[in-house]
Amino acid sequence: MLPKEYRTISDLSGPLLVVENTENVRYDELVEIELANGERRRGRVLEITRENALVQVFEGTSGIDLDTTKVVFMGKVLMLPVSKDILGRIFNGRGEPIDGGAPIIPDKTLDVNGYPMNPYSRDYPSEFIQTGISTIDGMNPMVRGQKLPIFSGSGLPHNRIAAQVARQSTVLGGHEDFAVVFAAMGITFEEAYFFMEDFRKTGAIERTVMFVNLADDPAIERITTPRLALTCAEYLAFERDYQVLVILTDLTNYCEALREISSARKEVPGRRGYPGYLYTDLATMYERAGRLKGKKGSITQFPILTMPEDDKTHPIPDLTGYITEGQIILSRTLHRKGIFPPVDVMPSLSRLKDKGIGAGKTREDHADLMNQLFAAYARGKEAKELATILGEGALSEEDKAFALFSDRFEDLYVRQGEYENRPIEETLELGWDLLTIIPVRELKRVRDAYIEKYLLPRSGAEKEKQAKGA
Amino acid sequence: MAKTGKIVGSIAKISGPLVIADGMSGAGMYEVVRVGNLGLVGEIIELKGSMASIQVYEETSGLKPGEPVESSGAPLSVELGPGLIEQFYDGVQRPLNLIEQAANSPYISRGINVPALDRSKKWDFVPLVEEGAQVSEGDLLGEVQETVLVRHLILVPHGVKGSVKSISKGSFNVEETVAVIQDGEKEVFVAMMQRWPVRSPRPVRQRLAPNVPLPTGQRVVDTFFPLSRGGAACVPGPFGSGKTVIQHQLAKWADAEIVVYVGCGERGNEMTDVLLEFPELVDPRSGEPLMKRTVLIANTSNMPVAAREASIYTAVTIAEYYRDMGYSVALMADSTSRWAEALREISGRLEEMPGEEGYPAYLGTRLASFYERAGRAICLGSEGREGSITSIGAVSPPGGDLSEPVSQNSLRVTKVFWGLDANLAYQRHFPAINWLLSYSLYAEKLGEYWDNIYDGEWSVLRTEAMSILEEEDRLREIVRLVGIDALSRQERMVLETAKSLREDFLHQNAYHEVDTYASMDKQFKMLRNIIHFHHLCQNALERGATIQEINALPVRDLIARMRYEDEKELKRIDELLPVMKEEVDRLLSEGGMGDVA
Repeated sequence: MLPKEYRTISDLSGPLLVVENTENVRYDELVEIELANGERRRGRVLEITRENALVQVFEGTSGIDLDTTKVVFMGKVLMLPVSKDILGRIFNGRGEPIDGGAPIIPDKTLDVNGYPMNPYSRDYPSEFIQTGISTIDGMNPMVRGQKLPIFSGSGLPHNRIAAQVARQSTVLGGHEDFAVVFAAMGITFEEAYFFMEDFRKTGAIERTVMFVNLADDPAIERITTPRLALTCAEYLAFERDYQVLVILTDLTNYCEALREISSARKEVPGRRGYPGYLYTDLATMYERAGRLKGKKGSITQFPILTMPEDDKTHPIPDLTGYITEGQIILSRTLHRKGIFPPVDVMPSLSRLKDKGIGAGKTREDHADLMNQLFAAYARGKEAKELATILGEGALSEEDKAFALFSDRFEDLYVRQGEYENRPIEETLELGWDLLTIIPVRELKRVRDAYIEKYLLPRSGAEKEKQAKGA
Repeated sequence: MAKTGKIVGSIAKISGPLVIADGMSGAGMYEVVRVGNLGLVGEIIELKGSMASIQVYEETSGLKPGEPVESSGAPLSVELGPGLIEQFYDGVQRPLNLIEQAANSPYISRGINVPALDRSKKWDFVPLVEEGAQVSEGDLLGEVQETVLVRHLILVPHGVKGSVKSISKGSFNVEETVAVIQDGEKEVFVAMMQRWPVRSPRPVRQRLAPNVPLPTGQRVVDTFFPLSRGGAACVPGPFGSGKTVIQHQLAKWADAEIVVYVGCGERGNEMTDVLLEFPELVDPRSGEPLMKRTVLIANTSNMPVAAREASIYTAVTIAEYYRDMGYSVALMADSTSRWAEALREISGRLEEMPGEEGYPAYLGTRLASFYERAGRAICLGSEGREGSITSIGAVSPPGGDLSEPVSQNSLRVTKVFWGLDANLAYQRHFPAINWLLSYSLYAEKLGEYWDNIYDGEWSVLRTEAMSILEEEDRLREIVRLVGIDALSRQERMVLETAKSLREDFLHQNAYHEVDTYASMDKQFKMLRNIIHFHHLCQNALERGATIQEINALPVRDLIARMRYEDEKELKRIDELLPVMKEEVDRLLSEGGMGDVA
């Protein structure tokens, strides 16, 4: 039976249209819209009653008229065809190939909305991922199956950091297959091109799938782009055993698209006009990261969002922070000082770090060392603030040591090259080197045993050096 | 309110988790219905003529108008009986392990109908009354050993009174009759399982004032902002400030016999963490795994919103059931903000007039009635058992701004407020409970309790420590403006002691094997030493010692390491007292050495 065609569009507003006298339409169903000039667009059912259906058009409603446009309900939700050949391909935000290659011969077609993972079936993320970036590996370690966003701002080099992470990530001692799924939502061609070039240059493109919705593509398509990417990631991770790193950029554009639909539906707005269900909606994406019992693969998410006015309390970063397992925050001050990557260590956090580090994973002293570096850096920054008000002279000897530490920390530990891949050992050693600046009795966060094992040999050597120098 | 026959209506409109059905006249408010051909579970939340608004506890995609909606005749209820402990439920009490089996997939699919309590499992029922005994509601009938830690009491159901006609010892499943009670004309068949509507509190005989402490092993909580048995606390804080770690710590170490933990709209991995960790963690009192006294309820953020709304009620009803047996129950809800958001989402779809920030106007009443279900009480039954529910709700205020409605409404009804501070968290000071912001209205009452144990010293120490911390805040302001040199030596000492209080006492490492838990004895001894040292030093300063000399005393390192002393070695904390005195005395006798030290 051919699906029924409707020519009963009664209302058009923003990305929404209302079809009247519908029959047998399902909630959330996929819709195909044919314009008078033959152009086809797609949409989905947002609300239905006995008589009519409210449809959200992915490509927007411009050019649609009330008389000649035909609407067909497809009887299924939006599906993505997948197979192993999907690796290395580039798609648009509707899931159609745009790299000039042949269409995918599907092994399976999957519902892009996915289903919630049963928390009982999850396996807890506990394998350390080495990104080769000290501020992440040493201070905010990431584990397989984690969702760890970058909170950035306009003009900060978040894309370069994301590309570096995509390039360098490995599991220690693992030989598993890594894949990168990349979803671009409303970013400029230039940014998308940067990623494509970088992946091409390093050969990473072979194990990458890209879903690209550019700034001039329909905004509403941004709602489906990340879902396509995550569906693809789920397939690669849980049916093909890949370790998948999903990079989503830029979530801010996604949320704006969501707000657009919400206001077109005249819903009661929550904070700053974003819909009240923004948290739940974001959660349905972020929570698709993870590991499953009995499966080899994993999905690690690395979403990027630019905070409007660098404001962390803006609803987008705020709600994201409540869902994701930590955040890497970039600092404009560090960026101005010319430090790359400008990771603001203090407010950054990886919630799953404790399970991923320690003896047998990274090294026994990792947790203590990390806490000590945090505490020392915090104290050093405080001392420097004091010094700007009262002058260096007002600082005690201890505070001076901490202030020096915080400068060195930024210069040696935070700063590294864009193509510099620091192994975790090197990052840890660097941390101990820096701690020699501080008097031992101030090191309260580290166990005595570690001080003896890792610090004393160094400071002993330092003192000898000084003695010889004198 | 018995219903005759099932009411079958049909779907008229679908909008996300909200379905409107017509032909539903005769159905009751909050009645459970089955929606659509898949039989999705939903609950009626509004009735207008024959139209019913239904919140559906499962994903609604694929439903279409015209599909049937069938009433069940009963309000949303939970199954109560042996087998609750060690279970891991979703928001409407479906065991997640059975969902996995039934769905045969790691994803939660729809229309799965699994019983909350295992029907095939046999429990050994031991009668505790004789045939012919006169019993009334809440009286003991028998017991079942549910886990090694939990003796599960089978009680006379509510509204039943009469003589025990027969009662049998042996192995039964939860649905089989274990006793028959002759209640006037009618015979009541009692099985181990009963149902209870989640939205109505279970009755008690008498409510009691909450004046018994609930030690948690967390120093900042027990010493400064204590919780009482049957009390209610809220923990608001921005993301990353350690709300969940505090909830986990309290679940692990609070002195409660039963823990009900509800993960409401939070992260999936966090629940998995609890699920994997609790069976491994050893209960400090019994030596058995913590899981043996825990019920977990998880409705993660990506699971259906309506079930998130119900999860809080499911949890509190289970908590009340164990309270009725005379247990002390700790109920952790993480996070009430997500619950409120679910309420907001449903309210928005019902097109209700919004209150503040889009939340429905009844948010405050709903929160209050949830926290009011906590409390210490004499349970029903002639035995006079005393049970309690202590509720601890996390709040996730947007942007950490406490002026938002969920925080404000929670503060209005809870008596303990642990305010989490992002700045403390950045400095990795955990638990990041801000000591200047937080309060506990139980502090005074519980202070009396501890004074009886510690010879009246407790309140004095606590008050002095608090005033040192407050003084520090004032002094730091001065230092910031005019520099440290403006302070007198005594004032410098206050800063030093405050730092010691912060770093050596308030800071507690949840991941350190010893530091993670501190008994009240340990807390008392640590605090006593810090304050005692403060007095010794103040005295020494008056007699001419300098701050630099005091800072150089080796005993200060020992004070910093008190927290790592094992609970069995607490006398080593006592042994510091003479060491302190000796060192300070030596300093004074060598007096006048000035900066040579």
